[in-house]
Amino acid sequence: MTQISPIFKREFFGYFRSPVAYVFLVVFSVASIGLAFFVGGFFKANQATMQSYFTFYPWLFLFLIPAAGMRLWSEEKRTGTVELLFTLPITTLEAVLGKFLAAWAFLTLAILLSLPLAGTVAYLGSPDWGVIASTYFGGVLMAGSYLGVCSLTSALTKNQVISFVISVVACLGLLFLGWSVFSEVLGSIFPVWLVDLLSNFSFITHFDAFTKGIIDPKDVVFFLSLMGFTLFLNVVALER
Amino acid sequence: MIEVKGLVKTYGPKRAVDGVSFRVNRGDILGFLGPNGAGKSTTMKMITGFLRPDSGTATVDGIDVTVDPVAVKRKLGYLPESAPAYPEMTVEEFLGFIAEVRGFRSATAKRAQVDRAIGLTHLAPVRKQTIETLSKGFKQRVGFAQALLHDPGVLVLDEPTDGLDPNQKNEVRSLIKAMAVEKAVILSTHILEEVDAICNRVIIISQGKVVADETPASLHARKPGARLDEIFRTLTASDV
Repeated sequence: MTQISPIFKREFFGYFRSPVAYVFLVVFSVASIGLAFFVGGFFKANQATMQSYFTFYPWLFLFLIPAAGMRLWSEEKRTGTVELLFTLPITTLEAVLGKFLAAWAFLTLAILLSLPLAGTVAYLGSPDWGVIASTYFGGVLMAGSYLGVCSLTSALTKNQVISFVISVVACLGLLFLGWSVFSEVLGSIFPVWLVDLLSNFSFITHFDAFTKGIIDPKDVVFFLSLMGFTLFLNVVALER
Repeated sequence: MIEVKGLVKTYGPKRAVDGVSFRVNRGDILGFLGPNGAGKSTTMKMITGFLRPDSGTATVDGIDVTVDPVAVKRKLGYLPESAPAYPEMTVEEFLGFIAEVRGFRSATAKRAQVDRAIGLTHLAPVRKQTIETLSKGFKQRVGFAQALLHDPGVLVLDEPTDGLDPNQKNEVRSLIKAMAVEKAVILSTHILEEVDAICNRVIIISQGKVVADETPASLHARKPGARLDEIFRTLTASDV
């Protein structure tokens, strides 16, 4: 497992060797804060919370995380460096974890760039820091789950566009299951227990609790097990 | 050093490698010849543990690649076809990454290995350049530097002189010759004069099968006075 660290380092700093990192960080910040200001009514709400900022996270992640994750493996496959990587003395699991953790750290950095907004909230009022902290924690966990899905789809193809589209569709599925509008439609067709069961597989359902300041072990386990499952499939897909 | 026993690899209906067996000892430079698509690269990819053989196996220093691929990868230096490398990294960064994965973690050990590899392959003038800006000859040498960075006992080189100008070819050949004294080297090529220039053994492979395994001298002796490419054509006639 010590072999994870060079892979992690190369991947993480790799983002900053190309314009990808800067474009992504700027777009992420502008889009997330823009949504909070202009759509979420950050000031109009007149409340010292970050609710209007975090409420868009599941939707923002839907497009931005596949954009960050699509290159993870498909780029290596296209340029042939995958052959180099897998003839170095590392196991597939180490490579998968190293790259995944690097991308996750990068996304965490993008999320933490919104901290000045928390500062603004604190300046304007007295927010509940517990809620803000738990929401950040939930946001980072959710980002990891999205990324797990994207890393998996990226390992299935050498074409980044295909990887992006499949990631968006897969994440959309996981998102819709818990979206209230969609659940109502499902509710008119299926019995309640089935709708509840399905919505248990959604990002939104599990992220919601964090935004209310609740860190429920079952939500944490959901995100972690989704990551574990997709990364396991990722290893299988690469070893095939 | 390297022992290959009955390697088989099938892609769909096509048997790319069909029961290839041979041995390479320390001090040998084995030329691996064959028409395009004869199975040279596939065989090398199985020896280096990148592809899993359908049946048969390869051992390096007595370690079976299908049993402990990571241990075999530790002992091997491999130059994949067209020398893939991470284009956004500089030569120094890239070799530094390889050094870390190869276990040279401390700054001094890493630097010593990188400097040695750069010295051997004459990369000093471009060490601070990103790999994407390099000419084909330099890129090839970066691949070379990467393969011999940890001074491996076994070198597997897939078309090491491909795309180089005559001077560079000469240089690479003398480098291989100089190193081969205490190493086992397999190199694939479709340049026949390369065989006379550096190899002390030749294997010709056609449609996934070994059709000749001998010294260059006995290959010439098959048809006295004939040029190598005539002998090659006769041996691989079925592969048109």
